[in-house]
Amino acid sequence: MPSIPLLKYRQPESVFAWQDGNAISTQRFLTDVVSLAELLPARSHILNLCNDRYRFLVGFSAALLRGQISLLPPNQTPDLLNRLKQHYADLYCLTDAADYRGPLETLHFPDLSRQALPPTSIPEIPARQIAAIVFTSGSTGNPMPNEKSWGSLTRSVTAEAQRLSILGRGNLTLLGTVPPQHMYGFESTALIALQAGVILHAAKPFFPADIGAVLNEIPGPRALVTTPVHLRALVASDVDLPELELIVCATAPLTRELAMQAVTRFGAPLQEIYGFTEAGQIASRYTASTDVWQTLDGLSLRQEEGVIYVSGGHVVGALPFSDVAELHSDTTFLLHGRTADLINIAGKRTSLASLNHHLNAIDGVLDGVFFMPEEHGGNTVRLAAFVVAPDLDTREILTALRLRVDPAFLPRPIYKVDALPRNATGKLPRASLATLLQQYKGAT
Amino acid sequence: MNTAADIENTGFEQELAQHIITALNMDMNPAEIDPLAPLHGDDGLGIDSIDVLEISLMITKQYGVQLRSDDANNARIFASLRNLANHVQQYRIK
Repeated sequence: MPSIPLLKYRQPESVFAWQDGNAISTQRFLTDVVSLAELLPARSHILNLCNDRYRFLVGFSAALLRGQISLLPPNQTPDLLNRLKQHYADLYCLTDAADYRGPLETLHFPDLSRQALPPTSIPEIPARQIAAIVFTSGSTGNPMPNEKSWGSLTRSVTAEAQRLSILGRGNLTLLGTVPPQHMYGFESTALIALQAGVILHAAKPFFPADIGAVLNEIPGPRALVTTPVHLRALVASDVDLPELELIVCATAPLTRELAMQAVTRFGAPLQEIYGFTEAGQIASRYTASTDVWQTLDGLSLRQEEGVIYVSGGHVVGALPFSDVAELHSDTTFLLHGRTADLINIAGKRTSLASLNHHLNAIDGVLDGVFFMPEEHGGNTVRLAAFVVAPDLDTREILTALRLRVDPAFLPRPIYKVDALPRNATGKLPRASLATLLQQYKGAT
Repeated sequence: MNTAADIENTGFEQELAQHIITALNMDMNPAEIDPLAPLHGDDGLGIDSIDVLEISLMITKQYGVQLRSDDANNARIFASLRNLANHVQQYRIK
């Protein structure tokens, strides 16, 4: 069976990562991985919640060595963790937060600093080994698993690094503002360090001033891996950034205007990446100068009966686009908005069907529906909800939802109504809900 | 005991509350925000990290204060409207 090394483009003494201002060598990383692998319990599934990106990657790599599959759920609400526990009975969790308490058996990231540094060879991982399962929100509340093999993941991030022209750039540090627990951060800040030879940064700065401070600490060339939400905050702030070689943006549509502002302000090219959970990342564009997406090398597109399929490269089989797109050639396309059911707020994804399921599962809710208003201006759009629940107040509904729904999707506001405007077939036309929203907004 | 400074401070809390409500597009008026209730979490305004970023932008724009998350006081700053108001008053340059 063919195998792929854990690391590529690395020398033992080269800098692998920056953590709290310290350089960590490739040799140290390998020692940490092998040491942790010996300490992991004999299980088949792991939930890696480490906040520190370096520790996350040590945890992921150690699990890989042990043949354990890392689960990447869309959120960490108690409801979802309990559902995962039902499906993956031996699931345990790795955390670096001393005070973490959750429903899963927990391993706290150990202190590995006393482990010696014997010469370690680079481990080889079978290409067909399932390395991760990435989940999308299913319509029944149960997350839908998407298995990712080590071979597919490594092909994907190698294609990305080629597109970004950073393959083998051993002196370039990537700083991410996104967590490694979601697909974008997982690939574009963590796996890319394993496979493209670039330097990982352990931090996940949040406020514009934090991002500026961490970037200023990095010696040598640096790139920023971020989202439209963080980018908008950076552009609006008066924080000075050092010279950037590249900005990478993904998770939610980026406007041409914001892309141009970022490019002008920070003097770096900006590449936006597009993908969806089933296929992973599939295309990129220079958003400041074009609307056209170019597929990553090795991928191609075809259209059949109105549906666009992507195949080749790291994509297993032919997968249908979940968004509305227009094909220009077999490697270029335009996006025309996300499919109506998919909700994407600040990089977190779910579906209206899933949210409605959770809302209607609450004791005391007789009928209820989420509604995504039209986007306007630059502010992050939030969901609204209409609920028929005579015996609950809106705070009780919110408290119940909080156990099952990621905070980004909590409705703001909740409108209590006597009945939903269902039509003759029991459906709720979007136009009726838009009218209802207008009435309630006008009334306050 | 209410001092003149407290009353002035309460006025600033109301001003800050109005800016927060505008920045977050909320359907409420400033008087409805309990100055001592937590800004995030189940019992308070229920703001999340995207909101915190919005609030930080507003505070930079209005008062010239840059928030930092490695500030040891950060959890305390967002613990309540009053704490946030005190922090902004202390460091404002506008």
